[in-house]
Parts: sequence; C-alpha cells; structure tokens
Amino acid sequence: MKVLVAIKRVVDAYVKVRVKSDGTGVDLANAKMAINPFCEIAVEEAIRLKEAGAAEEIIAVSIGATQCQEQLRTALALGADRGILVENDEALEPLAIAKLLKAVVDKEGIDLVILGKQSIDTDNNQTGQMLAALCNWPQGTFACNAEIQDGKIQVTREVDGGEQTVLLNMPAVVTTDLRLNEPRYASLPNIMKAKKKPIDTTTPAELGVDVSSNLKTLSVEAPAERSAGIKVESIEELVNKLKTEAKVI
Amino acid sequence: MIRDQETINQLVDIIERFVRERLIPAEEQMAEEGKLPDHLLQEMRELGLFGLTIPEEYGGLGLTMEEEILVSMALGHTSPAFRSIMGTNNGIGSAAIVFNGTEAQKQKYLPKYASGEWISCFCLTEPEAGSDAASLRTTARREGDFYIINGTKRYITNAPVAHTFNVMARTNPDIKGARGISSFIVERDTPGITLGSIDKKMGQSGSMTCDVIFEDVKVPAENIIGEEGEGFITAMKVLDRGRLHISGVSIGVAKRLIADALDYAMQRKQFGQPLAEQQLIQAMLADSQTETYAAECMTLETARRRDRNENVSTESSACKLFCTEMVGRVADRAVQIHGGAGYMSEYAVERFYRDVRLFRLYEGTSQIQQIIIARNMIRAAS
Repeated sequence: MKVLVAIKRVVDAYVKVRVKSDGTGVDLANAKMAINPFCEIAVEEAIRLKEAGAAEEIIAVSIGATQCQEQLRTALALGADRGILVENDEALEPLAIAKLLKAVVDKEGIDLVILGKQSIDTDNNQTGQMLAALCNWPQGTFACNAEIQDGKIQVTREVDGGEQTVLLNMPAVVTTDLRLNEPRYASLPNIMKAKKKPIDTTTPAELGVDVSSNLKTLSVEAPAERSAGIKVESIEELVNKLKTEAKVI
Repeated sequence: MIRDQETINQLVDIIERFVRERLIPAEEQMAEEGKLPDHLLQEMRELGLFGLTIPEEYGGLGLTMEEEILVSMALGHTSPAFRSIMGTNNGIGSAAIVFNGTEAQKQKYLPKYASGEWISCFCLTEPEAGSDAASLRTTARREGDFYIINGTKRYITNAPVAHTFNVMARTNPDIKGARGISSFIVERDTPGITLGSIDKKMGQSGSMTCDVIFEDVKVPAENIIGEEGEGFITAMKVLDRGRLHISGVSIGVAKRLIADALDYAMQRKQFGQPLAEQQLIQAMLADSQTETYAAECMTLETARRRDRNENVSTESSACKLFCTEMVGRVADRAVQIHGGAGYMSEYAVERFYRDVRLFRLYEGTSQIQQIIIARNMIRAAS
C-alpha cells in the first residue's frame, strides 16, 4: 500500500501572530514556521501503518514556497520515505490544493491519503473532503482511530455528541483529529539522515492543474481584546447584569 | 561552523520542543525526587541526546563546536540537571576516547555512549586534589597485562548511574606533575569499586554525584587511553570544548531566567501598573538581556574559531568566566524582580538561582579561568 501524506507549512503554534496594519493578512516576517499539528498527526499515523506492515511506502507532499522543503524534511526525519514539493508562491484556496493533490494521487498510484482535518492558520477544513470528491473515493474525516482490515480501513470519527465508526473501501481519504495519536519526536540522528532522502519538485503547471482563485480575502482582523471580568455579590445582581448589561437573557 | 543550516535548525527546533513539552513540565518532580524519571531518560536516549559530540561513524551526531553551542543553549532552557545526565557522555566522559583512544576502544564504548545505553563519568577530582589536578594521589601500578588502581575520587558526576569510569591515575610516582598521570577506562563491574553515598548538593537536584573508591581494581592494560603519561594532558586538551559547552548552557539558562522574570514582571502589578513598566525593573531586565547577548556573541565566535582549528585556550576560558558569572547575576536579578515570590520554591527562579551556582565552580572555577587567561597573556607578551 502506498500512502500519501499532505503537509502544510504554517506559523508555529507557539508564536504569537500579529495582523498586518493594512489588514491584508498576518505578519509572517521572521516568524518561526512548523508543520501544521494536524498534518504531523497524519505523518505519525502513516508511520504506524508502515511499522505495522500495512504500508510499503510513505510519500509526503507539500504545496507552497521553496521553504516548504523544511517541513518535508521534518516528515522525512519522522519516517516518510520521500517527499514531493509542488512549488507555488501564491496562497492557494482549498479547491486548488485538492486538485493538485488529486494530480499527485493519479501520478503516484496512491492507495490511501492521510491529511490533517484542517490547518491552524486558515482553519478551512475543506481540502480532504474536496480531494475525496474529486477522486470519487470514500472519506473518513475527523479520525480518532483508524485500522486496516482486509483491504478496507475502519475509521472512528469524532462527531458532535460522540463517535461514529465507518468502514471504507480503499483507496480512501482520511483526515486526522487531535486524538488519533500522539506524534513522536524526530530523533536527532534521523534528522541528519533525512538530508539524504529524496525530495522531488514539481509545479502546478507540470501537473496540469489550473490553480486560479475563486476567493478573495477582503480583510484580516485580530479578534477583539477581551476585557477583564467582574465579580458579583449575589445571584440577583448576576441575573440583573446578564439582562441589562450583557443582554443575553 | 554550521555544516548545514537547515539541518541544525531542525535539530535545535526539535530540542527546543522536547525541552518545552517534556522536560520543563517535569522540572519540579525531578527536583523533589532527586532523580530523573526513568521514562524521560528513555525518551532522551531515543531522541539521540547522548551522542551529540560522538562522531557519526560511532553512532553519534558529530556536532561541530558551533552546532554544539546552539544545542547547549536550547538545553539550557530547562533544569541543568537534565543536561548533566547526558553531559558526561557528550563531554569529559567520552572526549578522551574520541580524541586519543584506540580503534578497539572507540568501537567498544562510543556506540554505547552515543545511544545512552551506557553512561560514562570522569574521575579526576579527589579529596586532596581539585583545581590542582596535577597533585592527584590515585595510583595505577603496572602488573603484567594489567594495571592495579588504588585511590578515592570525589564529587563524581553521574557515578551513581555510570557504567564506565574514565579514571585519572598516577602511573609514574617519580613524576610529580601532570606528566606522571595516565587515563583509564574502568568498567563498573570490575571488582574493587565502591561507591560512596549520594552527595547532598545545593542545587541541580536530579544530577547525582558521589565518591568512587578504587581498591586494588585490576584493569586490563589495553584500557589505558593513549600512552602512559598522556592522560592529564589529553584531558586538558579537551577541556576547552567543555568550557564552551558550559558557556552555552549558561546562556540558555540566562534566557530562561529572563523569560520567567519578564513574564512575571508583565503580569504582576504594583503601584497601579505592571512591574515591567517600572524603570528600576526595566534596568534589571535590560542589563540581563545585554549581558546574555554579549555572552552569546563571544561564545559563538569562539566556537567558530575552534572549528577553524585555532587555539582558543584563552578565549574559551574567557567565555567560561564571563558566561557563568553572567548567569549568576541574571539569576540574582530574576529573583529580585520576583520580589518575595522569588524566594519561594513555587517559582522556578528560586531553583535556578541555586542551580547556576555550580557553573562557576566545575570544569575549572572562575579563579582558575582568570589564571589561565592571565598566564596566556603573559606568555604571549614575553
């Protein structure tokens, strides 16, 4: 089985991001970048499938600027066998990403695609679903457990109010939720060795995909600052304030 | 020298993350129990932290000096006791074998050190010999294919958990100074080795030291590192690396202390505004930041020069002297900024204040560094 894992380069989860003063986006100059945490869970799941003997090859793919190679290297250090970078400097919308992934899937003959359910920067939560639709494959989104069974994959999904278990024919698309696994740390010797693993570079044009956008970002704003809370003396006062000040009841 | 910027960035990133996610949350537990939790020891092994300086052909990372400094600064962000456990395998415990060992010794010991399967320790200090190491009394007497070692070693870091002891012993009683001293690899299960009780220390709880007593310990002659009389001289040759490493750790700890102090100063309000807005607090923060930056610049520059094979004896001593004294001042200010809270164990700065005191003492006290620097100056001028 060949597994494709999609990886997005995002601002590190521990960095405090600031919105640019002109409202066109977030200031990423000199910001530390990392693999999207959900994508890291996807890599870990693929490695576990390989360790269990269910997968033969893990291909990590990233779409974006040249620097995405850094995140591909991290995936290679974690245990992916080779990387593919689809080089593109423009920000792409989920549909364009899904089309590019579909092109890679077709080219490489992939049996299973594992993606993060969403990225922590734009939070779209669309790419996996769109990819499944484009491939006409079954999908198991928000996975908190995944097991290969006789050429099928059983995925337990986190849904509102509980869990839902689905059995998917392969090939299939799985998107990862937080509780699917706890990703390992790439060991230092493996980081050194990852340098020798191959990363192929391609472009949307080479893959024959039109990535023109249907979306336009009008403005990006920081969340409103939360004001300090107050302490109330009695339940009556609380109810009163909820009615007159907060106006929620 | 950075061999590959992207790779070292990744190494430092993963270490910073491991420190933040795994080690910092365990600091208090280790300080209270006086022992590194077993699962963390295993995680540190799996991450590859024990083989930082051991050459790649023996299973390590073979970091250059500059790379090692970047790593040591990252490790400095948490309790120095964590670093201490892997410190001997990456430094004085293995360095003599890397530098002067036979191929057989390298094959036998270095892969085990690199994986962390075995912990090494360095036995130089004695009850009667510390800074004046050349006066040490432990003896190694040649008998056929063996050496018989007798003597007592003191404050030996990691001895309670060590599998091998790198022992400095006098092989020629007629030569009183350094040239009469040789270095030996002694395995833990050799008969005649007794460990003293674990020392009670001011800080760095979790890093264990004790006395090691050698009574007629019979060591195969092939376990000598280098030739007779080379032991102490080899140890001195590798000391500049250790001094720069300690400098890097001191810078890392200083950064942690500044981060903790700044965080506290921005939250705690006095006189109607955060401490950080008050100028006398700002002075302490700014001085700490400036001194840490100076320390970082000098240490990285010296590391680069060492990577170019320049003689950095004076400069590495200058780094050790400045960086370890600097982190003492930064720790003092961090406690001061915390006010009464800084005296309470609830805040990490109280623990770090005690931990950093050791940096000015081991691998050559500040006064020894001053003497080395001054003697080198005089020698160069005469």
